[in-house]
Amino acid sequence: MQSLAIETRALVRTFKTEKGHITALDNVNLKVKQGELFGLLGPNGSGKTTLIKILCTLLYPTSGEAYVSGYDVVKESNKVREIVNMVSGEESSGYGILTVRENIWLFSQLYGIPDKVAWERIDELLKLMGLEERADTRVHKISTGERQKMNLCRGLVTDPQILFLDEPTVGLDVNASRTIREYVKKWVRENGRTLFLTTHNMMEAEEMCDRVAIIDRGRILACDSPSNLKKLVSKEVVLELETSLFDGIDLPYKFSIEKNLAKNTAKMRFLLEDESVIPKIISKLTENSIKLISLKKSEPSLEDVFIQLVGRGLHE
Amino acid sequence: MNNLRRNLKAVYARAYVRIVGMNREPSWVVFTIFLPLLSVAAFVYVYKATAPPEIINSLLARVIIGGAMLAFWMNVLWGMGNNFYYEKELGNLDLYLMAPISKTSILLGMALGGMFSTTIRAIATILLGAVLFNVSFTLESPLSLGLVFLMTLTSLYGLGMLFASLFLMYGRGAWHTANLMQEPIFILSGFYFPIKFLGFFIALLASFIPLTLGIDAMNQLLGGSFAKKWSLLPVNLEILILTGLTAVFFALAVKALNFMETMSKKEGRLTLRYM
Ligand SMILES: Nc1ncnc2c1ncn2[C@@H]1O[C@H](COP(=O)(O)OP(=O)(O)OP(=O)(O)O)[C@@H](O)[C@H]1O
Ligand SMILES: [Mg+2]
Repeated sequence: MQSLAIETRALVRTFKTEKGHITALDNVNLKVKQGELFGLLGPNGSGKTTLIKILCTLLYPTSGEAYVSGYDVVKESNKVREIVNMVSGEESSGYGILTVRENIWLFSQLYGIPDKVAWERIDELLKLMGLEERADTRVHKISTGERQKMNLCRGLVTDPQILFLDEPTVGLDVNASRTIREYVKKWVRENGRTLFLTTHNMMEAEEMCDRVAIIDRGRILACDSPSNLKKLVSKEVVLELETSLFDGIDLPYKFSIEKNLAKNTAKMRFLLEDESVIPKIISKLTENSIKLISLKKSEPSLEDVFIQLVGRGLHE
Repeated sequence: MNNLRRNLKAVYARAYVRIVGMNREPSWVVFTIFLPLLSVAAFVYVYKATAPPEIINSLLARVIIGGAMLAFWMNVLWGMGNNFYYEKELGNLDLYLMAPISKTSILLGMALGGMFSTTIRAIATILLGAVLFNVSFTLESPLSLGLVFLMTLTSLYGLGMLFASLFLMYGRGAWHTANLMQEPIFILSGFYFPIKFLGFFIALLASFIPLTLGIDAMNQLLGGSFAKKWSLLPVNLEILILTGLTAVFFALAVKALNFMETMSKKEGRLTLRYM
């Protein structure tokens, strides 16, 4: 028990809404080891944020239990709060009137970090995130990406045992995302910290995490290392098609569609049990007057694991 | 021990935002010094034109004190009452709820920061008003005056701390509530005229607003002989009541805060259902 950073047992969370009850988490059982980089991968509305909120003591479970570093998140919430921090890629927190440095300092004080230590850490973190030049700029003048980096500094400045990141790179450009991923990974490894990350970006999960849990409609469908998860689809053939844009199509195969409205194209990704059906797919597309632009076979990724488990793509 | 230090640091940090914030936002100077002075000026000229000369100074002293105290009321309403609502919109509220501190520390920090920066404005209003309208103040008992001022502020900000959670739970209604409360309180608190003119019982009712008793007491202590004639209650009793109000508002504020936090964790929302 002590070596577990996070443990949930039969965790359920429902919400009352006008339309009735929503089950956001349905019997979630997870164990995250100390020092692990753990990812929770799932589409919109699958319950990722809800789980993070429960683990960060912002929400009560409806039933079941959750422990962080062995502390019960409901009964020992103050113990949990001392050792965790959470940053969401979507948050717009902070005070526009304060500078970036002051803003991070403010939130560090809620954790009792001594001033001297706080200022040293802040300057170091800002440097590592490439934000030193913005240190004395007021928060209302910085860009969205800079804000996200600032928020990450806010999460790291308290040096938490367990860091929760809720889609930390959503909306960031490739470079900024890479900076964040690399830094967080290094920080976890060097300090023996634990990371709990949610994302709907396959690549991010694959690149960063020791283990990934796949969640859909509040249920954990699989939980393993990315390479083991990919074994679930190792016998399958992955086919990537680029086609003209179309509304919808019914095919008796597992596939995902990602539409590109700007280019007027769609990307289809098929997970096939055997290659012989490829001509059938192509003729079916032609029947529906969908134009084929390119076709290639590709390596299985986590995305295909998701398609395999859920029967649809992660972004649908 | 660690816990106490953390909470004190949180109070200080939250107060810091307030103080820095106000000083970096020059429009606040206009809002809290010049606007009150404008309405002060209006009353000053009315009184100068209509009141018997011997009581004019006492009346004007009251108007200027009222104008100065108005800044605190605005701060409590817009700075404290609506604050959690804004913190929620900004996304800061979750960060406060997630931190290993008592949420009362955050409210306390907001209150202290607001008190400090508003006191500077209030002093400016009094000095400017005294010079511009040629009003003299008689300082009879500095100790009582200090006590009255302190207890007026603590009870006023205690009320503000209570508003913070209530306004949040009432969601969109918050803004309207604050707006609705602004005008009646101008009258009920006797900002610009002795509250006793409204009749003793209305005055008593109005005493639940800490400003009413505070202004009345300050007027007695600063406004010279005539001010005492239209006083509501003896100063010492007023101090006592203000102290009681402080305790009551503070206890209710902590209760409302805990209620809000528990509801948020249980229901996943911060506003009351029927709103
Ligand atoms: N406070 C709430 N009140 C009512 N329903 C809620 C609340 N919070 C979440 N839900 C619902 O619970 C489900 C899970 O939401 P959650 O935010 O956890 O999903 P998510 O995986 O984080 O999605 P996203 O990728 O869009 O961030 C959704 O159907 C959502 O509408
Ligand atoms: Mg989410």
